[in-house]
Amino acid sequence: MGGHGPSTDWGEDKAIGFKTTLGLWLFLLYVLVYSGFIWINVASPETMAVKVFAGQNLAVVYGFFLIALAFVMGIIYDILCTNKEYELNEKEDSDK
Amino acid sequence: MIYNASPFAVAIFVAFVLAVLWMSSFFAKKTTTSKGYYAAGGDIHWGVNGIAFAGDYLSAASFLGICGMIAFSGYDGFLYSIGYLAGWVVALFIVAEPMKRLGKYTFTDALNNKYNSRGIHLTSAISTLIVSLCYLVPQMVGAGSLVTPLLGMPHYVGVILVGAIVIFIVATAGMASTTYVQFIKGALLIVASSVLSIAIFVHGIKTQPTENYHKFKTINATVANGEVTAIDSGEYKIIGAQQDAKGHHYVKLNKEGVNTWWALTEKDGNAVLEEALSVVNAKNGEVLYNGEPKDAQKFYQVGHASKIIVDGEEVTDSGSLGPFKFLATIGDSTIVRFQKTIFLDKDDKVQLWYQNPTSGKDIMTPGLKFKVKKGSTFMSKLDFVSLMIALFFGTSALPHILIRYYTVPSPKAARKSTILAIAAIGFFYVLTLFMGLGAMVTGVLDVQNSNMAGPLLAKFFGITLFSIISAIAFATVLGTVSGLIVAASGAVAHDLISNYFGIPLTDKGQVKAGKIAAVVVGVFAILLGIVFEGINVSFLVGLAFAVAASANLPAILMMLFWKKTTAKGISASIVVGIISALTMILLSPSTFEVYGLLPSDAPIPMDNPGIISIPLAFITLVVVSLMTQKDAVGREKQVA
Repeated sequence: MGGHGPSTDWGEDKAIGFKTTLGLWLFLLYVLVYSGFIWINVASPETMAVKVFAGQNLAVVYGFFLIALAFVMGIIYDILCTNKEYELNEKEDSDK
Repeated sequence: MIYNASPFAVAIFVAFVLAVLWMSSFFAKKTTTSKGYYAAGGDIHWGVNGIAFAGDYLSAASFLGICGMIAFSGYDGFLYSIGYLAGWVVALFIVAEPMKRLGKYTFTDALNNKYNSRGIHLTSAISTLIVSLCYLVPQMVGAGSLVTPLLGMPHYVGVILVGAIVIFIVATAGMASTTYVQFIKGALLIVASSVLSIAIFVHGIKTQPTENYHKFKTINATVANGEVTAIDSGEYKIIGAQQDAKGHHYVKLNKEGVNTWWALTEKDGNAVLEEALSVVNAKNGEVLYNGEPKDAQKFYQVGHASKIIVDGEEVTDSGSLGPFKFLATIGDSTIVRFQKTIFLDKDDKVQLWYQNPTSGKDIMTPGLKFKVKKGSTFMSKLDFVSLMIALFFGTSALPHILIRYYTVPSPKAARKSTILAIAAIGFFYVLTLFMGLGAMVTGVLDVQNSNMAGPLLAKFFGITLFSIISAIAFATVLGTVSGLIVAASGAVAHDLISNYFGIPLTDKGQVKAGKIAAVVVGVFAILLGIVFEGINVSFLVGLAFAVAASANLPAILMMLFWKKTTAKGISASIVVGIISALTMILLSPSTFEVYGLLPSDAPIPMDNPGIISIPLAFITLVVVSLMTQKDAVGREKQVA
């Protein structure tokens, strides 16, 4: 048997622990917001019709918010991870 | 519906396909190693990979399926956009970097990194094959839907065309060509969709979308004992009447030898007959569209607003609208949707689409397709939750998405490419709401095929936009199918032949085996694509997500985060996930409809299996892992 192992080699990453923990927390936060969306749809669907912003109802605003939130959280995650990689790894490694 | 091919559209389409084939041949010359074939050499820039992710992900389901579902069911179609995008959060925060750190060519490599188990090789390769096939079917269906209005050819021609081109692409160049095709196509799709959305805003909403839009007639009727006994028209004669399963009444009228069907309804307290669309399959094999042969072209494209409210005022033409104003106007207006019903008229099968004026409030909230409001049951709500869970967890379990992590040089590049993908995909998904609602009100819908809504909307704004968007959408299908076939062929050649059966293959031998597998999988996909014509592709992709999430995600997550996970636990979880998800889908109401049976006869009263099959796979993994702790080999080896 064979064929395992990464397709490219790179240096040791000492920030793995930090990135894993941060990823898990951000994931749980998003799950919470996403669950809220599902919950309102199931428990109180009429609430979704309430106009909340610029003539838009909650369904549209919440939907757009979920899409935007994924991107914003992604940017935050990348900034924090990159900083940690610079801090813990040698600069040439984190530049890869 | 009859579609006539435009030479210009055909020229653009052919040019696009030739460009893709040229690109494929170009990269074929550079691909001589298995690393080149399966992982594009592992040195793709994260920016290119991020947009290629978008290209892979914005498949037929997104442009054709979601736009179509929004056009027919309003906000419920947008739920797919939300769920598909949310799934990238799992990919970014949980899966991206570990997958890159642990894998080589296939996601099996990552899964099996610390176990080196033959069982995992076998089960995850089978899972990759099944999920890829489930995902391939809607892509092929989408290809057929595109070719019909573009080239005026039957659905099956589109399916065969895509299959043949993709087999050529994959069997020549592999992942490098797939990546660059997806990069260019992903970028073009987003640009073209933005242009289409702007065109919608400029056009606004009109009660009469075009001058040629069919004016649906209404005739006053006299009803006695529930039967229409007379009508207020000298032109038409009553020659029959039927009821559907819901008890709605329909009347067959004759004018100058042509029979048409009308729906009995009420307007201002009076009984009226409203003109409907119908397809009648006669016992003698004849098929009539609104009472006439297809060539007469009397089967109209539809979709319009019956009442438009802008800033509290009723108007017939909203004029140009901004994006938010467009959504708000739809929400305040009344849109005529065409609802399908089927009944028998003596020996003839009648498919009828009647007008259903729907308030904008209902269109802009969930509930038209997924029963979460009026008429909902516990099971219908559970079905909705199940869908949202499968969409959320499915993305990061899709083989053709996971293998893209092996084309970039480092875990950091994997992370950055995922974030770029989220930006590009998220932006596109916002546009799907505008495009779907735009199609709903511009009189472009073909009631027989929701998948055509997006391309037909583009056609409304001119043949140039239509040709470009259709060519891009076709390339979308080509690229996604290519990625899926690379993933499936990798599972066969790398995981099964080389790793499970232990057949020693040279580097070139692995590439050759992958190419042969690509041809076989491609032929299967063509056959299935022809069988499933007419089913909404987003719905089909939703099911593929459920199978992927059930089969692969519990194994991936537990392998990463639970140290007691064993190889046998992973294998068992994959098997249980696949079997439970597939069984539930095959016994669901929607699949019963595909069989030609009554959906109410389905033994499982929900379409989406995720809420049962995903936890079942998790539980199986935990139980089997705890039972096989003594057998665990290499457990101490930590995730690098």
